[in-house]
Amino acid sequence: MIEAPDLSYAALAPLLFVLGAACVGVLVEAFVPRDARQPVQVALALVGTVGALVTTLLLSGTHETTAGGALAVDGPALFLQATIAGLGALSILLFAERGLDPARSAFVASAAVPAGSPRDRELLTATRVQTEVYPLASFAIGGMMLFVAANDLLVMFVALEVLSLPLYLICGLARRRRLLSQEAAVKYFLLGAFASAFFLYGLALVYGATGSIRLRDIREAGLDGGGDTLLVLGLGLLIVGLLFKASVAPFHTWTPDVYQGAPTPVTAFMAACTKVAAFGAILRLLYVAFGTAEWTWRPLVYAVAIVSMVVGAVLGLTQTDLKRMLAYSSVAHAGFLLTGVLGLGAGGEGSGLAGTMIYLLVYGLTTIGVFAVLTLVRDGDGEASHLSQWAGLAARSPLTAAVMTLFLLALAGIPLTAGFTGKFAVFRAAIEQGAWPLVVVALLASAVAAFFYLRVIVLMYFSEPVADGPTVGVPGVPTTVVLAITATATVALGVLPGAVLDLAGQAARFVG
Amino acid sequence: MSASLYLVAMIAVPAIGAAAVAALPRERGLLAKQVTLGVSLVVLLLAVLATAAFDVDGDRFQLTTSVSWIPDFGAEFALGVDGIALVMLLLIGVLVPLVVTASWHEADHGPRPTRVFFAWLLLLEAMMVGVFVATDVLLFYVFFEAMLVPMYFLIGSFGGPRRQYAAVKFFLYSLVGGLIMLAAVIGLYVVSTSQLGEGTFAFDALRQLDIDPEVQKLLFLGFFVAFAIKAPLVPFHTWLPDSGAEAPIGGSVLLVGVLDKVGTFGFLRYCLPLFPDASRFFAPFVLVLAVVGILYAALLAMGQSDMKRLVSYTSISHFGFIALGIFAFTTEAGTGAVLYMVNHGLATGLLFLVVGMLISRGGSRQIGDYGGVAAKAPLLAGAFLVAGLASLALPGTNSFVSEFLVLIGSFPERPVFTVVATVGIILAALYILLMYQRTMHGPPRGVLLQQDAAEPAPGLGTGGATATATATRTAAPGTLRVLDLSRRELVVVAPLVALIIGLGVYPQPLLDLIEPAVSATMSDLGGTDR
Repeated sequence: MIEAPDLSYAALAPLLFVLGAACVGVLVEAFVPRDARQPVQVALALVGTVGALVTTLLLSGTHETTAGGALAVDGPALFLQATIAGLGALSILLFAERGLDPARSAFVASAAVPAGSPRDRELLTATRVQTEVYPLASFAIGGMMLFVAANDLLVMFVALEVLSLPLYLICGLARRRRLLSQEAAVKYFLLGAFASAFFLYGLALVYGATGSIRLRDIREAGLDGGGDTLLVLGLGLLIVGLLFKASVAPFHTWTPDVYQGAPTPVTAFMAACTKVAAFGAILRLLYVAFGTAEWTWRPLVYAVAIVSMVVGAVLGLTQTDLKRMLAYSSVAHAGFLLTGVLGLGAGGEGSGLAGTMIYLLVYGLTTIGVFAVLTLVRDGDGEASHLSQWAGLAARSPLTAAVMTLFLLALAGIPLTAGFTGKFAVFRAAIEQGAWPLVVVALLASAVAAFFYLRVIVLMYFSEPVADGPTVGVPGVPTTVVLAITATATVALGVLPGAVLDLAGQAARFVG
Repeated sequence: MSASLYLVAMIAVPAIGAAAVAALPRERGLLAKQVTLGVSLVVLLLAVLATAAFDVDGDRFQLTTSVSWIPDFGAEFALGVDGIALVMLLLIGVLVPLVVTASWHEADHGPRPTRVFFAWLLLLEAMMVGVFVATDVLLFYVFFEAMLVPMYFLIGSFGGPRRQYAAVKFFLYSLVGGLIMLAAVIGLYVVSTSQLGEGTFAFDALRQLDIDPEVQKLLFLGFFVAFAIKAPLVPFHTWLPDSGAEAPIGGSVLLVGVLDKVGTFGFLRYCLPLFPDASRFFAPFVLVLAVVGILYAALLAMGQSDMKRLVSYTSISHFGFIALGIFAFTTEAGTGAVLYMVNHGLATGLLFLVVGMLISRGGSRQIGDYGGVAAKAPLLAGAFLVAGLASLALPGTNSFVSEFLVLIGSFPERPVFTVVATVGIILAALYILLMYQRTMHGPPRGVLLQQDAAEPAPGLGTGGATATATATRTAAPGTLRVLDLSRRELVVVAPLVALIIGLGVYPQPLLDLIEPAVSATMSDLGGTDR
């Protein structure tokens, strides 16, 4: 007879909040009249995410496993869950913006209508708003929060699918440039499915080698001299699956297309939250299951980090579209994050975990901010994301340009912005473990990347405005709130990061 | 106000001032200027008060403040000054109000609001003060990098025709240097963690570390490259002529006068005391760079036709002298180098300002577009001459004292380098006097020439050079339409001229401030001092 595992509902409260909100959201979609859906859905999704944020904060200090050891409720899980929930709530606010697009929403009114058909053209200008994006996003957020807490490979895989499937869908929901959006969704789905298969195969191999899917058991099997080919192969495949989600080069090829094609609020959501979730899982997998000195994943991560930083920084230079440029920037940042991942000492010491978590937080905040600014600058066909359209923006809209500049400087890692705090934390962790050649590469890549961030500033401030340039929309309440929060946090975490660093430092201890 | 708060106030007052100026409505341009001038005068007052409170015979660092800043990194918001930093603060205090006055109409007619220019200027002042007063290495680094942002916007928004290129080049060069330094800063932190048990960035604690010589070399190079780009030493110098030429005049003055001194200041404050063995090891290489820079930049300066580029190159040559003084490792030469930093700020600052006044009259930066200005504008020419003579270190001007100290201080240790460097003095006389002679003396010619109504007016700007050359030849000895210095410009020029002459005759007060600090630095080095 199979015994039901013990469930600590208190420890699972954050997950229950978000997934509960998502389930109710599906019911709302079915039973609430169309006119009332938008406010109900937004409220529901916000209750879910903010509720999850609050409960994770209440749970802080918990250090246990639950659900029969399949889920970890420990410092890193809670810190990253809180990050995902917070960033998720900001993304929901971006989804809810109705003041910018003349059609009142960034999402297509009816995703099933073929792009370019007469019905589609009719719907393009209709003010009908479809709201399935909220429950879908809530499911994705729930999946991400489960992902960073998964203490067992099977749960990790299920979480991976729960977070991925809704993401594939909402990437295809853009109201404008629908073909591009649908192409992005298909591409993301195909490559994502491929990566999932890698992960699943790796899982099977690891299970074959160790007889368990629990991270702790895998570690113990490894300690017993079980460093056999099967296990190494399994680890490699698992990492590939995760690196794909984290958009680390050379597994990044989907990133530019998907970032460009997806509706900008969704891009913000993906860029910020998926990154956090994927790195949360990478950290847990590598540190808990393979964190002992016997494990030699370091050369692999070392190499991938270099490739990712170089590819992101160099290819970012050649981009003319802001969303694609930010996609390559995200590839470069994934490389910087891996530098932090390497900051794990042989005896489990080192500030790599805390540093990476801080970096994820600041990167998520600035990324959501930068994409929020992107949603403001529009021409007749949606967002004006071509670089040339941004020329002279500062003359027309000084505040927008100033906020954008702040975020770009933060992404470039200039001191007194949050980006510097993050960079410093991960580079310190890496140098502490003697990985200074990697840090030198990282710093050079930062300099190259700074060039393309600077180019946007040069365009906005030092170039003459173009004749028929884009208009800068007046953001409604949700986007304004997002911009205010992210900008404030970017400055605060740059000037006085002490409290948050402290929090991350205390949280940096895995259970199991 | 307690004396230790002077330094905090010197950062906070201009920073708050910048925010206030930026928040003014667009049409209140005049008020923005007045507020900026007022704030910069307050900073000058604070610098003077800080100097008065500084005890020459007291501790090495005085007026200290220390507040925990990022405990997790072991970083503190720690401020303090030694004599070297103090004289730099005085230099900032003197230059900024003059730059504000000189730039009074700089941003009046551009597409960008006046207040923006002055807000960036004040923010730059706050950052510059921060760089010199930070006694925590991470805090220093933060100011060092953050300083780039206001300067970048000053060049990019208010500079000359190639401002975009110059601004980006400036930013990237400095950023690359800064990032390399960041690696060394973190490396230093890691060393301190392993030796002291707890990581720290406090300068005084780091000074006590006993770092392995090989590690020292790497860390030294990290800091050195950043400072050599900033200073700039050949071959890291190519950004300066572009930035110096394209920046608005006020920006050029602060860039060359103060910002670049952060590099030489960094050598003295960080490279020598923290990495004594590596400093000794690399000193010959640095001296080669310094001496090559003195000669190479002087030769390039002679070849320039653009006045602002010329002055930028002279600065590179002068930075060679400063580096020579620092890496000769004697108190005398080091003291001379620090005094040189101040004097160069005053002399080159004045030179840039006067050149800017000339350019504002003619609209061209080319030497060939001017001639015979002295006859019409004797005060302008006189100020030009004083600045030029100070630049070539004529006895009686301030620069003579410092250059002399550098040379006699270096000679016993490094005779060959010193002798070769002396050639630079002769070249300095050439490039300065040639520029002065071509623009100020001779028959009236160039863009300022009063043309007959029938003749087409020569074009302004760089393209006008050939056209005006032809016009000069055909035109009968005409008259120049040029105004002498206005009252505002006199207010800018007079204090600098007074300081140049005054410090040339009586440099002792500054030397008294500088000498103990340099001596302490040299003893950190383990002293070859006589």
